[in-house]
Amino acid sequence: FLSLFLLLVTSEQIEHLHRRFKQLSGDQPTIRKEHFDNIPDLEFNPIRSKIVHAFFDKRNLRQESDGLADEINFEDFLTIMSYFRPIEMNMDEEQLDHFRKEKLKFLFHMYDSDHDGKITLQEYRNVVEELLSGNPHLEKESARSIADGAMMEAASICVGQMEPDQVYEGITFEDFLKIWQGIDIETKMHVRFLNMETIAQCH
Amino acid sequence: MRATGCLGVPTLHKLPSVFMVAALLGLLPLLHSHGLQPNPMLASEAPHHYPAVVRGNEPGDFTSAPPGISEEIHPLSKHSSNHTGNGHSKPEKAFPVLGIDYTRIRIPFEISLWILLACLMKLGFHVIPSVSNIVPESCLLIVVGLLVGGLIKGVGESPPILNSEIFFLFLLPPIILDAGYFLPLRQFMENLGTILIFAVVGTLWNAFFLGGLMYAVCQIGGTGLNHIGLLANLLFGSIISAVDPVAVLAVFEEIHINELLHILVFGESLLNDAVTVVLYHLFEEFANNEQVTIIDILLGFISFFVVSLGGVFIGIIYGIVAAFTSRFTSHIRVIEPLFVFLYSYMAYLSAELFHLSGIMALIAAGVVMRPYVEANISHKSHTTIKYFLKMWSSVSETLIFIFLGVSTVAGKHYWNWTFVISTLLFCLIARVLGVLGLTWFINKFRIVKLTPKDQFIIAYGGLRGAIAFSLCYLLDYSHFNMRDMFLTAIITVIFFTVFVQGMTIRPLVDLLAVKKKQETKRSINEEIHTQFLDHLLTGIEDICGHYGHHHWKDKLNRFNKKYVKKCLIAGERSKEPQLIAFYHKMEMKQAIELVESGGIGKIPSAVSTVSMQNIHPKTLPVERILPALSKDKEEEIRKILRNNLQKTRQRLRSYNRHTLVADPYEEAWNQMLLRRQKVRQLEKKMNNYLTVPAHKVDSPTMSRARIGSDPLAYEPKPDSENLPIITIDPASPQSPESVDLVNEEMKGMSRLPPSPEEDEEGLVMRVKEPSSPGTDDVFTPGTSDSPSNQRMLRCLSDPGPRPEPEEGEPFIPKGQ
Repeated sequence: FLSLFLLLVTSEQIEHLHRRFKQLSGDQPTIRKEHFDNIPDLEFNPIRSKIVHAFFDKRNLRQESDGLADEINFEDFLTIMSYFRPIEMNMDEEQLDHFRKEKLKFLFHMYDSDHDGKITLQEYRNVVEELLSGNPHLEKESARSIADGAMMEAASICVGQMEPDQVYEGITFEDFLKIWQGIDIETKMHVRFLNMETIAQCH
Repeated sequence: MRATGCLGVPTLHKLPSVFMVAALLGLLPLLHSHGLQPNPMLASEAPHHYPAVVRGNEPGDFTSAPPGISEEIHPLSKHSSNHTGNGHSKPEKAFPVLGIDYTRIRIPFEISLWILLACLMKLGFHVIPSVSNIVPESCLLIVVGLLVGGLIKGVGESPPILNSEIFFLFLLPPIILDAGYFLPLRQFMENLGTILIFAVVGTLWNAFFLGGLMYAVCQIGGTGLNHIGLLANLLFGSIISAVDPVAVLAVFEEIHINELLHILVFGESLLNDAVTVVLYHLFEEFANNEQVTIIDILLGFISFFVVSLGGVFIGIIYGIVAAFTSRFTSHIRVIEPLFVFLYSYMAYLSAELFHLSGIMALIAAGVVMRPYVEANISHKSHTTIKYFLKMWSSVSETLIFIFLGVSTVAGKHYWNWTFVISTLLFCLIARVLGVLGLTWFINKFRIVKLTPKDQFIIAYGGLRGAIAFSLCYLLDYSHFNMRDMFLTAIITVIFFTVFVQGMTIRPLVDLLAVKKKQETKRSINEEIHTQFLDHLLTGIEDICGHYGHHHWKDKLNRFNKKYVKKCLIAGERSKEPQLIAFYHKMEMKQAIELVESGGIGKIPSAVSTVSMQNIHPKTLPVERILPALSKDKEEEIRKILRNNLQKTRQRLRSYNRHTLVADPYEEAWNQMLLRRQKVRQLEKKMNNYLTVPAHKVDSPTMSRARIGSDPLAYEPKPDSENLPIITIDPASPQSPESVDLVNEEMKGMSRLPPSPEEDEEGLVMRVKEPSSPGTDDVFTPGTSDSPSNQRMLRCLSDPGPRPEPEEGEPFIPKGQ
């Protein structure tokens, strides 16, 4: 896989990422969760834990098993980064579709914290609570009702009419794709690797 | 153009044309009265005032004040005092019962007449839909202007030319403010680099390319144009090279193109104002000098930055002041919109004062003040601002185009085939080359590249308009004696771009299958996902150690939240996170939509029956958690609902222009809200159903509204003394219908068999069937006890407008 990735990003970018990796890991070959604590700006991020978790999620690392890895090496680091590469002009329909699905799968795994393949109401509530966690004075109820409303909306988009005794288990990946139909994630979910000159090297 | 409702009644379509003709005919005698004696009463008085009043056939600037009018007031007063005083040697006249004093009201009257003409034209175009589908409104208006101008000329008067001061000071600002206030900021910022490059580099390229080539053409012998120097040509180039926001708006609004292209062309037309201002002043100055030194060029370069950044800076200052002012307007809601308008206009004028870019100041002010002002002002003020801006900008646009037509007829022209044709040709070539070249450069840095289709639309959408015309008109005739030729060429280019390009762009867009604007409704899911994505990307950037786009945006947001919002937003709303604010906004919108649709009788057809039960079946006593709406929001929602559904029952005790007296029924409502809060605990035992219309979040507000607005829930019980008596006012024509409609809605949604028994009960108790399909009840009782249900029901419903002393009594339904 690494070779495939090498085709998609320039070697310069890989060098930069390698340098950064070494910075984070303290010159060790692998990174653990604790190493992410050294990044000061990440403290302010409300979904910090989910992001860090995503790096160690075996599903994202394209490993066959499930669960969380304890540590990741540089190849895994690059694998995660590859989810954020920008779109290319010469992609055909199939490639574009695959590209899009990859990114959405990454997001899906972030929402679905218990790895059961669907986003339940509780998980969704968790997401909204985390998003609003920067406001300590807020009541828990607000977050929950927003999540409830969003879930219901999702259910009505994905399933439509429902009888009262039908239960909507959770958002599966197909439903997730349906919800995201209107948003062009392939252009939004990327980091500008091109501007690597502006990397802040904190020695 | 801003779409106005189409009348659609075949017989009525003749009316606007009748009005039109009447208006045109009305213009004639008024213009004729130029030379008439304005006031027979003054005939005896000092006759030397009159030559001042009669301005003759000067190619008069529109509405420059006749000097005679102010002087007339004095002779009038003098006259009357003389008359009543010591009986001057005057012939005794009978007291004139009816007199004509046209000159006094002449100016406002003519202004109003022109504006009325403009509005009637707009009306007329929309009544005849076939024409307006093919021809954009701007073209039609120019044609009307030509006709009016021709008419005036035919009468023998000289039609007014578009006065540049009027244009820049009164006609242009509303359009720009409207554009700036409602600018889609996210897309604008995302594409800012592209827009700036098009605006600055593109305009410079256009100006110099065109100016240079025109100079070359002028030098070619035999055309008689040798006397036009390089600088004059460059000045001409700089005037005509700027893409005009008014024309772009007018045409692009009708074709509904996708947002990216729209913001690119429109943003370019706004931001190139700075370049135009600098180049214009630069060449105007230099044209008088003999030589241009390096210092001058350097100064010009510096002045560009000063002009643009200075304009933005002034705009930001005024924006902040406006936001700060709006923080304190909670007691005088009526004048809130006025603050927005005044501060923005002052920003524009202040920038113009220093020869900075007024347009950029206006845009900056609108963009900066908007998020804070909207958090502070009431909903009504927000609506007022929106509609006033749309109204003014619409009228301005119409007037501008009409006057373009009139000025074409009125102005002095000097047609020179070579000059005009070559101008037109080189304009087009310059635009195409510029766009192609710049796009090639820009695409290296863009993630979403611009396709050739996009490039074509951008090139084709470079319309010129009234700004170019007015700038040229401002030129001093003594320094630029070829001004007439310039004017002719500019008008030709404007006509070409507006007519040919404006008319053909719509079929071309369809032909090329350019992506159109997607009408997506903003949903709460999207908002959550967008925010999540933003945070995710910021996090990834931090992990990479890469201070990119998201990193800085996040920093700005944090700064905004921590410091700025506290200063500029009043009260609790300063701490409200964006997600909550969005949620409230959506609830408000849906409450209004429900009310409005209820009024017309539309029943939401695609009602999804998804409810809490469907997504959370495990915990039987599901809590209906009501999001904590702030008191203000509740007030507003309540007010809107009440105003619409119970219009007849509202009685405002006193009304004066300065305050809107609070409703006398507020107390009752407040008490009820208090009671409701106590009762919330009881809800935990109840099964709550909530129906969600497709893609809409049905909030408890809505359900409350539906229940609360059904008057049938409260039957008048004349036999019981201690019941609130709420009657439907039969005298009002509205309430029976609203009753029926609301009832229909409920019936439709709850799918109840319309039985008389249920009719009487309304939606009160359904103890037997807790799970009837798609029940609309917010509170179907499960196994809980009836009294608490009753109390809940009573508490959560609107007790009606008439405060009864027995309000606290339990309401016993018939069945019980």
